[in-house]
Amino acid sequence: MGFEELPHTADLALRIWADDLPGLFVEAARGLNVLSGVHLSDKSIQCQTLDIESEDSESLLVAFLTELVYLAEHNNMAFDKIDLTIMNNHLHADLQGAFLVSITKNIKAVTFHNLQIQRIPSGLQVEIVFDV
Amino acid sequence: MIRLQDMKRISPHEWEIPRSFRQGMRCPVRLFATQELLEQVMGDRSLEQAVNASTLPGIVGSVIVMPDMHQGYGFPIGGVAATRFPQGVISPGAIGYDINCGVRLLASFVDLQAAESYLDILATRMNQSCPSGVGTDGMLKLSLPDLDKVLRDGSRWALKNGYATEADLARTEESGSIVGAKPEKLSERARIRGRTQLGSLGAGNHFIEIDVVAEIFDPGAASIMGLRQDCLVVQIHCGSRGLGHQVCTDYVQEFQSVVRRYGIQLPDRELVCAPMDSPEGASYLAAMRAAANFAFTNRQLLAFSARRVFEEVFSGRLKGWELHQVYDLAHNMGKVELHDVEGKQMKVCVHRKGATRAFGPGTPGLPPEYQVIGQPVLVPGSMGTASWVLVGTQTSMARSFGSTCHGAGRVMSRSQAKREVQGDNLRRQLEDGGIRIRAGSMSGLAEEAPQAYKDVDAVVETVCAVGIARKVARLRPIIVIKG
Repeated sequence: MGFEELPHTADLALRIWADDLPGLFVEAARGLNVLSGVHLSDKSIQCQTLDIESEDSESLLVAFLTELVYLAEHNNMAFDKIDLTIMNNHLHADLQGAFLVSITKNIKAVTFHNLQIQRIPSGLQVEIVFDV
Repeated sequence: MIRLQDMKRISPHEWEIPRSFRQGMRCPVRLFATQELLEQVMGDRSLEQAVNASTLPGIVGSVIVMPDMHQGYGFPIGGVAATRFPQGVISPGAIGYDINCGVRLLASFVDLQAAESYLDILATRMNQSCPSGVGTDGMLKLSLPDLDKVLRDGSRWALKNGYATEADLARTEESGSIVGAKPEKLSERARIRGRTQLGSLGAGNHFIEIDVVAEIFDPGAASIMGLRQDCLVVQIHCGSRGLGHQVCTDYVQEFQSVVRRYGIQLPDRELVCAPMDSPEGASYLAAMRAAANFAFTNRQLLAFSARRVFEEVFSGRLKGWELHQVYDLAHNMGKVELHDVEGKQMKVCVHRKGATRAFGPGTPGLPPEYQVIGQPVLVPGSMGTASWVLVGTQTSMARSFGSTCHGAGRVMSRSQAKREVQGDNLRRQLEDGGIRIRAGSMSGLAEEAPQAYKDVDAVVETVCAVGIARKVARLRPIIVIKG
């Protein structure tokens, strides 16, 4: 499992891969943290639970990452431990993280551009473009 | 991948991708660019995105792409597409996340030479007075009911509360207050995000710049605008902040199922849309208008701050320090306008994403003085290079749905820019060249390096060559403030 940044002229993009769908979502969240340059406080642990439903896996992925973008901007939090299950396009996530000490790049939105979760020999892969 | 040989060369500045190029295209794609500018985008997805945009139901005329084009997500930056109103669709992705990202230009009669000894303090005070940067709150924190007033009334709210003048509103697109805005069509989350961000610049490619009028090409038009050679002007470039982003996010998500309901098939999910005469389409249009009003008010508050700084620094020391508005316009917007389509007047929704309205002389909706010369068009260049003031023309009404370019357009990814440019070195180079920089982040500065952008002069030459704008003045940066 992993992710890498892809070139994009004005915005940011990631290619993400993992063994399975929950793994893909967790790697996407990790990639979002790296792209944003989050630096977490080591003072107090913050926890959040997310329950999200959407009509397909791609919409669910956008909705999940959008929640993380919102929590960073509004609650000043990011999460480096994610326990996530997905069943019938319903996601349940237990997030553990901390308040942000700093963030270097404000990811403003998660787009649907060319978004398609694809099967690859080792599992699943997706490319996501973020608006900055 | 679309190649040069797939396009028909109409002239040295104009190309067409015919409708026959790909199944599903409802109209051709018309590109305004030199071959050199076109070759700069061959490596990215702008052309493919323009072709995808041509599949939008209800599209009329051609998809237009400006010379500052580059790839976006779904719709190319520098793209214009008009859909029949109200039966055609409206697409949030073809307008963008930063709804009403735009530019405001204010002008003074302060001579640069006379102001030289004040420039350092001007830069510092402007930076301190205009909130900018990642995660920064705005000048005002509103209650939700007051935010709703801003969403409904835009700059009219600012006028009522002492932040604007009537002259400001007259010289703002749509008078800074778009009719039909409905705050109730925004999610609670969008309103929460906007509540604390009014009067803030944000980060990325947003900036406040103090320039000098370096060259005047049309003295008559410049005089009407209040631009005087060698005098200081202020550009403000920003948009609707987190509120606008949330509106677009919400509706792009919602429209994923809406397109199926209306039997719409699209090559890219980011282009999802709804007929404007559907409840969903009408809802988005009303929400977009509200977000646009927020952005107009945002720039109005920053202008208020800029005026206070000019007064603080120059009043009692130099004459002509009052900042008067030249114009304020959007470059990410959907507007319902009347245009000539194949010889008939038709109401259309003009989607402009990284493209600017450029109404010609005599077009309704312009203040009397601009009815004579055409609407001002503000084209900021990259940091350290020129910016331009143009005017719209009758040709733009005929050829590009009253639209023209919006800036220099990127050619390099942010990552590549950061690899090739050291922010500190860039800052030193710009300061050695006489440009004072106040930037919140050196890596953010590197991302915005001049070499990451096209040559804005070449972009402007192209739009003028095809007749969709006319030169009035060239501006040179003196102070650049970035988040």
